[in-house]
Amino acid sequence: MGITFRKETFRDDFTFKNSPEHIRRFPFPFHEDSYMYAVNIEPHVVGPKGSVLENLIDVDEHYVAEMQDRALVLAEDPLRCQSLPHMTLAGWDLLELLMEQQALGYPEHFTLERNGDRWRWINRPLGIDDTFTFGDTSTLPYGPMEYITRQSQGDFCILDQRDGNLWMDAGMVTTQADWSLDFDIGMNFFEWHAPVPLAHEKGIFVRALKFLTNIQQGKPARRLNWTMTINPRLDTSPENYHKWGPDRTTVTPENVGDKVHLRVELQSFWRLPRSNGIVFPIRCYLIKMDELVTQPKWARRLHRVIRDLPEELATYKGLTRYRPTLLEWLSKLDDGSATSPGFGPD
Amino acid sequence: MAAKTIISRPIYGTLSPQPGKHHLFVADAEGALAIVDMAKTAPPGFFDGAEIVFIPGSGGQHIAALEALKSAQFHVAPSFASLLPRLKQTLANAHMGMRLYLAGTEGLIGQAMQVALEAGIDHTSMQTEHRGSLARRMQCVHCKGITENVTTQPATCAHCGLLLLVRDHYSRRLAAFQGVCINAEDPSEIPPKEEAFP
Amino acid sequence: MSTGTTKLDVVVSDVVPVNDLVTRFHFRRRDGGLLPTFSGGAHVVVEMRDGELTRLNPYSLMGSPLDTSEYTISVRRDDLGRGGSLFMHRSVKPGLEMVVSYPVNLFSLDLRAKKHLMLAGGIGITPFMAQTAQLAGSGGNFELHYTCRTASLGTYADVLQQRHGNRIRLYHDDRDERIELDRLLSSQPLGTHLYVCGPAGMINWVRDRAASLGWPTETVHYEHFAAPQPGLPFDVTLAVSGKTIRVGEQQSLLEAIEAAGVDPPYLCRGGVCGQCETNVISYDGKFIHNDHWLSEEDHRSGCKIMPCVSRFEGKSLVLER
Repeated sequence: MGITFRKETFRDDFTFKNSPEHIRRFPFPFHEDSYMYAVNIEPHVVGPKGSVLENLIDVDEHYVAEMQDRALVLAEDPLRCQSLPHMTLAGWDLLELLMEQQALGYPEHFTLERNGDRWRWINRPLGIDDTFTFGDTSTLPYGPMEYITRQSQGDFCILDQRDGNLWMDAGMVTTQADWSLDFDIGMNFFEWHAPVPLAHEKGIFVRALKFLTNIQQGKPARRLNWTMTINPRLDTSPENYHKWGPDRTTVTPENVGDKVHLRVELQSFWRLPRSNGIVFPIRCYLIKMDELVTQPKWARRLHRVIRDLPEELATYKGLTRYRPTLLEWLSKLDDGSATSPGFGPD
Repeated sequence: MAAKTIISRPIYGTLSPQPGKHHLFVADAEGALAIVDMAKTAPPGFFDGAEIVFIPGSGGQHIAALEALKSAQFHVAPSFASLLPRLKQTLANAHMGMRLYLAGTEGLIGQAMQVALEAGIDHTSMQTEHRGSLARRMQCVHCKGITENVTTQPATCAHCGLLLLVRDHYSRRLAAFQGVCINAEDPSEIPPKEEAFP
Repeated sequence: MSTGTTKLDVVVSDVVPVNDLVTRFHFRRRDGGLLPTFSGGAHVVVEMRDGELTRLNPYSLMGSPLDTSEYTISVRRDDLGRGGSLFMHRSVKPGLEMVVSYPVNLFSLDLRAKKHLMLAGGIGITPFMAQTAQLAGSGGNFELHYTCRTASLGTYADVLQQRHGNRIRLYHDDRDERIELDRLLSSQPLGTHLYVCGPAGMINWVRDRAASLGWPTETVHYEHFAAPQPGLPFDVTLAVSGKTIRVGEQQSLLEAIEAAGVDPPYLCRGGVCGQCETNVISYDGKFIHNDHWLSEEDHRSGCKIMPCVSRFEGKSLVLER
């Protein structure tokens, strides 16, 4: 039995929704009633059946719609996908990783046949059946990174490792939480994180870099990050901020449940074998408040986290304008009772 | 000198003589004084293998001071655009052991660095010293246009007309600071412009 | 979480004497599958079970990264070393089941380079075998200058010349052929990266000349795994695990810690990656630091040691392990 892919949109009429099964598998990011930055990195190993960690590269019911949204973004702005000249080999590494993982996790939807460097890739949900020569860019319609990331959910940043640092030298970024690949490409780990408040002072990035530069082949790692988005919009890029920014003024007590979305990023970190680079797949999961509060524990906890969030973080995450309205709405769902430890719903 | 604010904001140093076989200096306006100051600590014969390319700017000053260093080559250019072909050729023909020194306004340092990066010089091996105006080059994140000599906060994009917050976030590849719409959420909010980068 | 690498179960598929000093070993996966892909310059750590002793030595992978049906390493016999290379030469035969680590690359190519200039000395040729294969496969611009004692000890010189023609330059000590290093370094186009692997003296000479001639440090790459040196036995107290251990003459401190059932993280086992860095709680005696990781200040402070290559002589040593 395969996945039933939803027909839905992430723009204009915003028909995106999660099915009840997808609500329960949502990667809720708070394991306690408060939030502060931490180097919350753990081994990226397979998790329980029915969770987003069932496969190391997750494909879900939003796959086809997300790929259609990506194609629309790229048609408007091709600069969302860029690769500096020395990163082609890493692009092939990523193509291999994503084809293998998707074919392994979802054999009913994806098939990879390898015969030496002659490869055949079948992607049934998108109706693709291509035969190409691994390593020969002229045998694919796009560069290897663009080809495979047009068929994989989430954003992808490929980092070159040199001089003890990581350099963001390639990426496919169409579902980002307000940062610009076109601007940040070529920057090192500290530079592209420069706008993040508080974490530098806490030494978070120094420790994170030390960990990431030592990621070994066959031992990926992961962490969760989060923000909030008004309307289920995947493309919240700075490029289009003047188009989606006004959404933040439209939140009212009546529409909080439908408009306000928790946006969780499952970031994983993989060593790439041929290029010795690192790839960060950044997978975005959206859930509207009405869906989230069907789990009473999550409703109580989210209320407490948003209420106690330091001002700098609230500003950085863009919550300032609608935070009071959201809190008022969530407070009615928080009876003050204790929440159980851990991420999952009760 | 510009204050350090966030990590992507470039930090400029003080020029100092580096080991190497050839030395290429690119400077504008008061950047000339950084070279003159460095020359005081340079070993004898240092400028015998040096080339200085200088954009005097509107004041037209400091040419004589640079000439007095008696570098192997000395060239005065009216603008960065006019020296670009020469700079590219010099870098294309250069060998390892050539060292690069950039001094003057942030716009000059950034644009010369951009050309040198493409030629294969790592940014950490370039010597830089900021002198003179704090005016910024700014990329509008929305329309991608570059606005030169931005001195106000916020600033208007010369291409699309949006009112932009000039961030400290800086891209070496673009040689520009990032400008992001300051009133995107509510375009009726129009904050006053202040002179921020004189 | 702990770092370190995943292990691979392999079988020795071939043992080929290359010359008087060097023997090549081929490994295949025991289950017959493909080995993990690697990048030029990567090494694996080979586990050697030698009676009571377990040695873990790093060796560069020298096959083509384009072929992962087998891994190959070349081992130079060191009659005065701790016995790892002698074990490989004497006891490792085709059919022997062994364990190696996943590949780790601490000497990778900078793929931005407009040209790759490689300098090898002696057995330092091995990482370049893989790197030249990788670059040749992708049309990369490289040049390899290889110094060996005599033509008969010029391990793989013939193979390299056959594969890459005049991109390989040979220098034989016994014919008094020497690299004209200053001229070579001064004639490279802007954007060239320099890679050097060989004896410590050669690495230091090349790094020193490159710095003097104006090569920025980011453009100079070197690989020097210090082999752990034998030395006088010494006793160590591991404060965290509450054990006191003796480090044997032919054993490294790291191996002795592991033999006691304590597993610090490691990657290179050659004093360069920093993974096994260990805090010193107290000591009475003197350290013999052999690593390239800690700063001189760290060495002087007596607060840290790299147990993979460094030793100790004196009355007592207490480590935070």
